Amino acid sequence: MEKRDLICIGCPLGCPLTVTIENGEVTEVKGNTCPKGDAYARKEVTNPTRIVTSTVVVEGGVAPMVSCKTAADIPKGKIFDVTDALKDVVAKAPVAIGDVLLADVAGTGVDIVATKNVEAI
Amino acid sequence: MKNYDLVIVGGGPAGLAAAVSARDNGIESILIIERDKELGGILNQCIHNGFGLHTFKEELTGPEYAARFAAQVYERNIEYKLNTMVMDINDDKVVTAMNREDGMFQIQAKAVILAMGCRERSRGALNIPGYRPAGIYSAGTAQRLVNMEGFMPGKKCVILGSGDIGLIMARRMTLEGAKVEVVAELMPYSGGLKRNIVQCLDDFGIPLKLSHTVIDIEGKERVEAITIAEVGPDRKPIPGTEIRYECDTLLLSCGLLPENELSRSAGVNLSPITSGPVVNDSLETNIDGIFACGNVLHVHDLVDYVSQEATTAGKNAANYIKNGKNAEAKEVKIYPEGGVRYTVPATIRPSEMDDTLTVRFRVADVYKNHAICTYFDNELISKRKRPVMAPGEMEQVILTKAKLAEYPELDRITITLEEA
Repeated sequence: MEKRDLICIGCPLGCPLTVTIENGEVTEVKGNTCPKGDAYARKEVTNPTRIVTSTVVVEGGVAPMVSCKTAADIPKGKIFDVTDALKDVVAKAPVAIGDVLLADVAGTGVDIVATKNVEAI
Repeated sequence: MKNYDLVIVGGGPAGLAAAVSARDNGIESILIIERDKELGGILNQCIHNGFGLHTFKEELTGPEYAARFAAQVYERNIEYKLNTMVMDINDDKVVTAMNREDGMFQIQAKAVILAMGCRERSRGALNIPGYRPAGIYSAGTAQRLVNMEGFMPGKKCVILGSGDIGLIMARRMTLEGAKVEVVAELMPYSGGLKRNIVQCLDDFGIPLKLSHTVIDIEGKERVEAITIAEVGPDRKPIPGTEIRYECDTLLLSCGLLPENELSRSAGVNLSPITSGPVVNDSLETNIDGIFACGNVLHVHDLVDYVSQEATTAGKNAANYIKNGKNAEAKEVKIYPEGGVRYTVPATIRPSEMDDTLTVRFRVADVYKNHAICTYFDNELISKRKRPVMAPGEMEQVILTKAKLAEYPELDRITITLEEA
């Protein structure tokens, strides 16, 4: 049996949560004051995911960098694999919001898409 | 001198939303003046997500949110000038500005919307002792360097202040390969949103030390080490609690200050609490036809609220340009009491206000199990329980025109916190 302490991010209250996990299954969530806390805790301990945002270099654009993000949540444990994969990516201007800059980043099945328009010089 | 009906100072989220709203309310002659090389303001460097949940019902990054409002400005062919600095606004609404193409020029406006935003509190304003080497940046400067210019400010870093930009930069520096040793916060609570503490610090095992401050900066050419210490209830360092971190960078995220030099020169009354203009229900300052919205008025947590507020300012400026002002309207003052630090707006004209009016404010401390109470004179009008309120999260009360109409003799409105 494993117990983990979390802070709920569902609302400004920030309930301190204690989650009990047995054999990879959540058996109890304590400390939450509403159902949101229960749902957050179950996801956070079983399959926590995050959107990763970063930047990549642009060639021939009006700006040296273009901002980007994972088009969907990726597993939290893969955050650094994603940022490592972005190190060598060079986008060519013009870039438009939504352009895929890197497909299937770090084997997550999720694309990296541009979040800013960068015109060519 | 050129003439415009409406000049908007600042092309960030507040200025853009105000311009769109003024145009949609019938004003053709609008000029947005922006000092940066593109529209969108500080959103362009806020590449993280979490913007627009209220406005667009989806989670956008800063540049995406800015692009949506900029697109609305382009669609409406609203005029704007980039790389242009406003030097002065006077109480006749003459705006003096300059740029490389036009040199210095003046515009006579019928109405002006102040949307200049805010700036960060600097090291000089914080009185941090120690040397003055390279490697000390405001968190926002570091954010611009990393996200827009593509430079890393350092490799090993200490952050003072737990404002949202500091928390966001702790994560950003970590993702770019730097080591963030610690975030130190003078107050016993964080100045940032809780979700940022979880997603920016806890995710990466970055410690947050509350009730701590920087007491020494070492290094003559470049930062070599930062020493922090715990502070007591008087916020003075406690001897014996010092911790020294070898590092090359100190980021400061110690509060944002509305940028009101132009407002002051126009004779706009400023609140000593928000450092922003004192405004009525239409977000108009004491100078007829000069309105304010966004972070120049008071610092917001969410850009969605800035856009809402700016939409109101744009509509009201349009109304002023078309119909002038009812100088006879009765004005009722809102008194912030019992832990409510200020309110925006500060006064209401029941005859002029919209059907509903959102009054926004911040509280002075962390309050648990309190209620936000609104009184019309001595009569309790509304009481809303809040399990937790903190200075880092903006609160609001909604007043309705219908309710105010029931109190024609109303003298004062009080918004206060009471134990629930």
